[in-house]
Amino acid sequence: MARFDSGDDSVVVIIGSGAGGGTLANELTQKGLKVVLLEAGQRQSSATFHNDEWFAFNQLAWLDKRTTSGSWRVAKDFPNLPAWICKTVGGTTVHWAGASLRLQEHEFKAKTNYSNITGANLLDWPIGLADLAPYYAKAEDKMGVTRTNDIPGLPGNNNFKVMYNGATRVGYKTVHTGRMAINSRPRDDRSSCWQLGFCFQGCKSGAKWSTLYTEIPKAEATGKLDLRPQSQALQILADKNGKATGVLYADANGQHNVQKARIVCVACNSIESPRLLLNSATSTYSSGLANSSGQVGKNYMRHTTGSVFAIFKKPVHMYRGTVMAGIIQDESGLDTSRGFAGGFEMETISLGLPFTAAFLNPGAWGRDYAGMLDQHNNMAGMWIVGEDMPQESNAVTLNPTEKDQFGLPIPNVHYDDHPNDLAMRAYGYKRGAAVYDAVGAIRTIETPPYPSTHNLGTCRMSESPRDGVCNKWGQTHDLKNLFISDGSQFTTSAGENPTLTIVTLAIRQADYIAGECAKKNL
Amino acid sequence: MKRREFLQKGAIAVAGVAIATSGAAAVSFAASWTAELKAFSEHEGETLLKMVREIFPHDRLADSYYIKVVHDLDQEAQATPASAQMMHDGIAQLDAGGAKKFAARSSAEQVAGLKRIETTPFFQKVRGIELVSLYNNPAVWKRFGYPGASYPFGGYLHHGFNDLKWLPDPPASASPKAS
Repeated sequence: MARFDSGDDSVVVIIGSGAGGGTLANELTQKGLKVVLLEAGQRQSSATFHNDEWFAFNQLAWLDKRTTSGSWRVAKDFPNLPAWICKTVGGTTVHWAGASLRLQEHEFKAKTNYSNITGANLLDWPIGLADLAPYYAKAEDKMGVTRTNDIPGLPGNNNFKVMYNGATRVGYKTVHTGRMAINSRPRDDRSSCWQLGFCFQGCKSGAKWSTLYTEIPKAEATGKLDLRPQSQALQILADKNGKATGVLYADANGQHNVQKARIVCVACNSIESPRLLLNSATSTYSSGLANSSGQVGKNYMRHTTGSVFAIFKKPVHMYRGTVMAGIIQDESGLDTSRGFAGGFEMETISLGLPFTAAFLNPGAWGRDYAGMLDQHNNMAGMWIVGEDMPQESNAVTLNPTEKDQFGLPIPNVHYDDHPNDLAMRAYGYKRGAAVYDAVGAIRTIETPPYPSTHNLGTCRMSESPRDGVCNKWGQTHDLKNLFISDGSQFTTSAGENPTLTIVTLAIRQADYIAGECAKKNL
Repeated sequence: MKRREFLQKGAIAVAGVAIATSGAAAVSFAASWTAELKAFSEHEGETLLKMVREIFPHDRLADSYYIKVVHDLDQEAQATPASAQMMHDGIAQLDAGGAKKFAARSSAEQVAGLKRIETTPFFQKVRGIELVSLYNNPAVWKRFGYPGASYPFGGYLHHGFNDLKWLPDPPASASPKAS
C-alpha cells in the first residue's frame, strides 16, 4: 500500500470510503492519480463480521452522538440516532441490503413533473437519465447487479414467496427477486450468495458488493492508494482564492494532522458531509465552505419509509436468506391520482428476533406487543421506500451547544414529514397490508420508519450556483477543486434505493476529475 | 460514556454493549436468586421481576429468563449510581401507587401501575435494558425457535431458505432456481 507524505499537494484526498468515496478512490487510482482515503472507522472483513444484530450494530454503526428535532417519529424513538449508517472501512456499503435500481427519467425533473407542491423546495437535476445511462451500465457491471449483464436473478426465499403470492393476487405485475448487487453465481472473485440472512450485519460470504472488499483492495493493488482508517476529518482547509488546500484530521491516537491536497472530495454521507463543510468556516468562508448559496445542510431527505409486517397461521421464517429478497415495482411510477407526487418501491425486509423486538413498534410494551413477537417465526415483512419532498427547513445544522470528542459541534438533524410524505406512507401501508391480507394474514402491523439509511440532498446539485452546492459533476460551485461525492449531491430523492446512483455518479465524477487534471484545469 | 445516552427514551445502543459484556449471566433458582443482587434488596428484586415480566410477558418463558434481566439491571445499578437511585425511587413509586405493594397486586393492577409511569426515565431505562437483555439472550432464542447465526451451518441455501409449502412457488421468471 502506498504512503504519501502529508506535504504532498499532488494527491487527491477523499473523505469517506463508502459507495461514493470508495468507488471514486478506485476509479481515480486506476487512472493513475494518487489518492489519500480518510476513513473515520476501523477496517473489518468478512471474517470479523458477526451474524448477530446487536454485536454488529456496535461494531459497524456510526454511534457518535447526534441530536434530532422535528415532527418525524425517529426524533421521538431514537433522539440520538437519526441515521443507521456505518463508521467502518467500506462505510454503509457494509450494511446495505444490495438493492440496485436506476432512477427513472421523470424523477430527474421533479420540479417540472410534480407541479407546485406547497412547502417543497423542488428543483430539477442538472442532468438526466441519458447522462447517467452509460455510467449506470458501468456501475451495474462493477457491482454485479442481478438481472443486468446476463446475471440471473437471485432465488427467492420464503419472505419473497409470501410477497409474490400476495402481490399477484392483488393485481401487481412487476414482482420479482429484484436487481441486487449480490452474486447469484460466483463473480469478480467473490462467492455466490449463501442465503445467510444478516445482510445488514456485514456479508460473511462476500457475495454482496461492498467497497470494503472490491473497490478498496483493487485501488490498493495499483500502488496509488493510501488508505488511512480511524482518521476523522475535522476541517477542510481553503485559501482566500477559492481553492481547497488540504484536510485537517485526527488519527487513531487523536493526533491532529494536515494532509495537503490538489483536490478534496467529500463523501461522508449526508449528515457528516454538510457538517464538515459547516465546521470548516473561516473568516473568508464565514457561513461554511462551499456555502454561498446557503444550501449546505438544507433539503435533507431520507425517503418516505415504513414497513408492513404480517403474521400468518403457518411459519415463514422471514430471516432465512437475503433481507431484500424481492420487490414490487408497480407503485414506483408517476401517478398523481393516488393523492401524492412521486412513487415508491415495496421490498421485502426481515429482522431477527432481537431487532424485531427493538423496531417493530419502538417504545411499545405489554401483552399485545409481546404476543406479536411470539409470532416472529410466522411473520413476513416488507419495506416501503419512496420519494420524499425536499424542504429547506429539513436540515443538518451544527448543534449550538454540544461538542464531540474533538471539540467540534455535533450535528442536529431536523426533519418534518411533508404532507406528501404522509399521504404516500399512509397509502403504502394500506397497499402493503392488502398484499398480505390477500394471502391470509391474521394481522398486519404498520411499523414506523427506522433510523435513516438513505440520507440525501444536503449538498445538492444544481444548474445555478444560487440553488445548490455543486454542479452536475459534483464540483462545488464555490471551490473548483472541492467535490461532493456521495448521496448529498442528490437534487431530489427519487423513489429508489440510492447506492447504485451514488456509485454511478462517482464513476462519472472520476472521469471528469481525470479529464480536468489532464487539461490542467485542476 | 457517550454511548450510554442512546439508552434514553427507549433508544438502545448501550444495552447491546452492556449485554455483550455481561454475557452469560448466571441464572439461579427462584428460592435464592435475590441474594445474589448487589444493588437491590430482596423486595426490590422481586418487584423488578414482576415489572419486567409485565413489560414483555411471554407465557412460554419461565421466570429464570426474567431473573437474568433483573441481574442485568443490577449490573447497571452497580455501574451507575444515578441509575441505582432512579431505580430505587422508581420501585418506591410503584409500591406507593396502590393499597398493596406492587409485587403483591394482580397482573391487571400491575399493568395499570406501569401504564401510569411508562413515560418516566425509570420505566424507559428498565424497558430499554430489558429489550436487549431478554431478546438478545440465546437461551430465549431457543424458546422462540430463532436460530441466531446461520454462518456456522453455511447459511440457509441448503437449510430451508425457500421451504415454505403453504403457498405456490413463484415462476422462475420471478424467482430463478439457485445457480
